[in-house]
Amino acid sequence: MHIPDGYLSPATCAALYAGSAPFWYTALRRLKRALNTRMVPLLSVFAAFSFIIMMFNLPLPGGTTGHAVGVGIASIVLGPWASILAISIALVIQAIFFGDGGITAIGANCFNMAIVGSLTAYLVYRAIAGRSAITSSRRVVAAALAGYIAINASALFAAIEFGLQPLLYHDASGAPLYAPYPLHIAIPAMMIGHLTIAGLAEMVVSAGVVAYLQRAEPSLLRSTAPGAATGECEAEIGWSATKPLWLALAILMVLTPLGILAAGTAWGEWSPSDFSNPASRTQIAAASGSLLPPAHAPAGLQHLASFWTAPMPRYAPSFLKSATFGYMLSAVSGTGLILLVILLAGWITNRRPG
Amino acid sequence: MKRSFIERSLSSLLATSHYAATAEELALTTGALQKVDPRVKVGGLFGLVFVVAASRELRAIGAIFLIAVAVALLSQVRLTRLAGWVWAPVLFFTGTIALPAVFLTPGHSVAMWGPIAVTQQGLRSAAFLISRAETAATLSALLVLTTPWPWVLKSLRTFRCPVVLVAILGMTYRYIFVILQTAFDMLESRKSRTVGVFAPAERRRLAASAVGVLLSKSLQLSHDVHLAMQSRGFRGEVHVMQDFRSKVSDWYWLAGFLSLAAAGMWWGR
Repeated sequence: MHIPDGYLSPATCAALYAGSAPFWYTALRRLKRALNTRMVPLLSVFAAFSFIIMMFNLPLPGGTTGHAVGVGIASIVLGPWASILAISIALVIQAIFFGDGGITAIGANCFNMAIVGSLTAYLVYRAIAGRSAITSSRRVVAAALAGYIAINASALFAAIEFGLQPLLYHDASGAPLYAPYPLHIAIPAMMIGHLTIAGLAEMVVSAGVVAYLQRAEPSLLRSTAPGAATGECEAEIGWSATKPLWLALAILMVLTPLGILAAGTAWGEWSPSDFSNPASRTQIAAASGSLLPPAHAPAGLQHLASFWTAPMPRYAPSFLKSATFGYMLSAVSGTGLILLVILLAGWITNRRPG
Repeated sequence: MKRSFIERSLSSLLATSHYAATAEELALTTGALQKVDPRVKVGGLFGLVFVVAASRELRAIGAIFLIAVAVALLSQVRLTRLAGWVWAPVLFFTGTIALPAVFLTPGHSVAMWGPIAVTQQGLRSAAFLISRAETAATLSALLVLTTPWPWVLKSLRTFRCPVVLVAILGMTYRYIFVILQTAFDMLESRKSRTVGVFAPAERRRLAASAVGVLLSKSLQLSHDVHLAMQSRGFRGEVHVMQDFRSKVSDWYWLAGFLSLAAAGMWWGR
């Protein structure tokens, strides 16, 4: 995934340097404040460690081997900001001294792998690990997914950067001047390799190292696990931990009537009556590239539409005249039903025999 | 015989170590570029990499490549070394990526390969990709093979690179070799104690444990380095000594780099 020189236009490279700069600046400021004199040796040694890790040949399921970037484990042990800087420094040395990755593409490589990778890995790890105990196997799963998703997010960004080049930069004859493949080729080509080999390498190293640290040095996992239980048991998640989520849910429910403001119809979500309604037909045609819908609803749609009638069709209960209240009531009922199903599933799975 | 992951990792670590040792050895010889002020080399060679990236003319990129090869010969950098370290890996990597573009890029057909058409636009696009990647990699390699790494870092200060970044880059480079040696020793001792073949899951567990041990050794090292720095009076302020002195010949080289960059920009506009 190390982009060499010549694959991206100078303008793209400049934009990605500019995009990376605020992250580097913020990371440097945060670390200087948090670590003070420890920052220089910690970043130097960890960048050196990241560099060496990129050379390890990791055995993968299926008999093949692959290299990891180490972005998952760096974010889990150091946190996202230190990881951004440590991986960036390793990438700079790789580019300038070892010629792995281009000099003009340092900004792009740092943006994709160090910034997108570190932030994605950290967010995924924190979201999945939650407040589970440091020694919980849930943290190993979280680390595996964090590494896998992070490296694939980085690859996706690189693929988009490649895919934009032929659209933006070509000569008078139409020959692409930089990476030659458009998005519909660049994205699958990049993602196949990363969803399989590179993603697995990152997954193996992230999960394996977290499992090792849980046994050998659990203190190294503390900095990105605030509120984690110390024992083997999962921590209790109380009201205070989930309060922000409940508040966000309430706000979203109150905001649901905003959907009424949206013009037109949702494409493809038409009822049989829409095909005969002139106003609806105009909206369908406008949303379908001026292609008029058939004069009558298709027979299959007509037949299946009468198969089941929803209790609150179109988020508008028949007993309410106000559309706004109808939307809110639908949101409250839907959320309540989902919670009920989850509580029921939790009650069934937590039941212990005897 | 298929090599184990330990042998492959050892081979990668050895290759890195060998490259760095040879680069340092070459940088201390008395070739043409070795005598030039590092600041001129960093500015000049990085500037040419930018010109190559911006050029829209294949002949301009080709001319810069030929000049880079001539400078490499004058600097006692053997072409076989450049071919093995730079040209062949770049050609293999970029060539693999560029080859399908010859057929997939829409445009005027210039030849047929069975039922598949080779297009003029595809050939041109592949040529741009390969020539840019090869020329930029050659220019970058010339800098590293003719300049000791600490001088490259010191000269970055001339280009307003933050002093703390220069210090971290310098320390990182030094500790790469310390950690590389640690990793090498760990893997070699594991290899010497290994009899037979491990199951795939066991191999993965071993690799992850090796990375985990290296991680905790690295963090311990950073703690020790921090204490050593503090004991010598480090309070968070970084100073880098800068004692470069330009000679008349350095100004000629600077003029040469600037002229070449300007000509390349004009020709490749």
